[in-house]
Amino acid sequence: MDGKDLLILHLLEENSRIPIEELATMVELPVKEAERRIRALEEARIIRKYAAVIDWEKAGNEEVTSIIALKVSPERDFGYDRIAERIARFREVKAVRLVSGRYDLILLVRGRTMQDVARFVSEHIATMDQIRETTTQFAMKTYKENGIPYDEREASERLPYSF
Amino acid sequence: MRDFISEKARIIPHSGIRKFFDLCMGMQDVISLGVGEPDFSTPWNICEASIYSIEQGVTSYTSNRGYPPLRQALAADLARRYNVSYSPESEIIVTTGVSEAADIAIRAVVDPGDEVIVQDPAYVSYAPCITLTGGKPVPLPCREKDHFKVTPDALEEQITGKTKAVLLNFPSNPTGGVMTRDDYRAIADILVDHDLLLISDEVYSELTYEGTHCSPASLPELRDRTITLNGFSKAYAMTGWRIGYLCAPPEISDAALKIHQYVMLCAPVMGQIAAYAALRQGEQDKNEMVREYRLRRNLFVEGLNRIGLRCHMPQGAFYAFPSVEVTGLTDEEFAERLLKEQKVAVVPGSAFGESGRGHIRCSYATSRENLSTAVERMGTFVSDLI
Repeated sequence: MDGKDLLILHLLEENSRIPIEELATMVELPVKEAERRIRALEEARIIRKYAAVIDWEKAGNEEVTSIIALKVSPERDFGYDRIAERIARFREVKAVRLVSGRYDLILLVRGRTMQDVARFVSEHIATMDQIRETTTQFAMKTYKENGIPYDEREASERLPYSF
Repeated sequence: MRDFISEKARIIPHSGIRKFFDLCMGMQDVISLGVGEPDFSTPWNICEASIYSIEQGVTSYTSNRGYPPLRQALAADLARRYNVSYSPESEIIVTTGVSEAADIAIRAVVDPGDEVIVQDPAYVSYAPCITLTGGKPVPLPCREKDHFKVTPDALEEQITGKTKAVLLNFPSNPTGGVMTRDDYRAIADILVDHDLLLISDEVYSELTYEGTHCSPASLPELRDRTITLNGFSKAYAMTGWRIGYLCAPPEISDAALKIHQYVMLCAPVMGQIAAYAALRQGEQDKNEMVREYRLRRNLFVEGLNRIGLRCHMPQGAFYAFPSVEVTGLTDEEFAERLLKEQKVAVVPGSAFGESGRGHIRCSYATSRENLSTAVERMGTFVSDLI
């Protein structure tokens, strides 16, 4: 990994559909070399996948998102890993993080309705032996996701000419 | 009634882009590469610091020299970044943009009849400011074949017994040319031998893409014969805040301070607070903007060369300065027809001085999408001509 690899990653994260010629020109590499580096980054699983950022609210999807904090008793020999991996297997769970502070694991859970999410948590998560406490917070509105603000503010008008 | 206009106000020219302004007004769907300012908004942490200080009632004058913490931070920043040392108490003045800094620097040192050698092509305000003091601006051609640098020979050629100062602006608006430490070394002896002052406008210093910026005051032999001008507009996307600064040895700084006191009193406090925040918290935002300019430069300059407009790779600032000679049009005709026929706004190089003739200035401080579309439109325009 060098500066050029990092630059390639930034550019792909921002727009994974950027034409390879453009990308190569911008990072000051021949096209072949840029392609080779991207392949290497894919093979090293540094690039995990290429996906779209979607404003689901705008798409009319009524799905709800919740942030669930868990207090967990760690297991001898495994710590938090085994329970976290088990939780991560559920389709409903979109993200799992071990965090510092009052709680141990923070989950991002999506479901069709609030009831669905609540049921999922009470039936599948809260019932696990190691879970000592859960708290569920439903997202009301998304203002920014993946670094992209969702409000469409008009850019301020610039003069067409200035020295 | 008498004609009230002063002789000096009469002889300074109108800006060379007024005609284009008028043409552009009312046109839809124009892509403007004519703008000399960043397309980014000021980073939010900088804005937020200023908003907070307004809420706290910080709305008064500052000391004439500028808000003391800002001057101290500037001195530290200049030392760290460019290896120049200036006293925040006796050598630095915070000004209302670099425009004011250039004006008071010139007024502090130029007497009627003095000649000031000015890099050509260059930002448009230097020559009129010199004229307003009764001095005479003398153009110093910087050619594409020399990568738009100042060469010792070209400099020597313009020096006369009346020459008092040399005014340079690197990285250059409009060419994107830069001067390295070696380039400055090559002209330092000439400045010393002829006992000349150097006025160095370095407002694009942070937008240097290859190597690091050289501030000529970091050369020991030039330290005490240099006035360093710089500001926040370009590096931190802060054009509207109007904050620049002037650094010079105490005697020159004192002279400039008198003028600053009488004409400006002090730079706006909101801007100074924002500038102080920029120095403390703006580094990462600035670096990201610089990275983006470099990507755009690569994309755009490759595009210009591909469609047949030969373009020197700019090493700094955010301008490309391609030659349009191949089209058989003058730079003015090119700019006017490109605007009318393809709705891309660029500035003819001759607006920046005689040596800019045959080139156009294209600012790449606009989105990559805009740049790609602009290259496409320029390609269509050029292909009918060559």
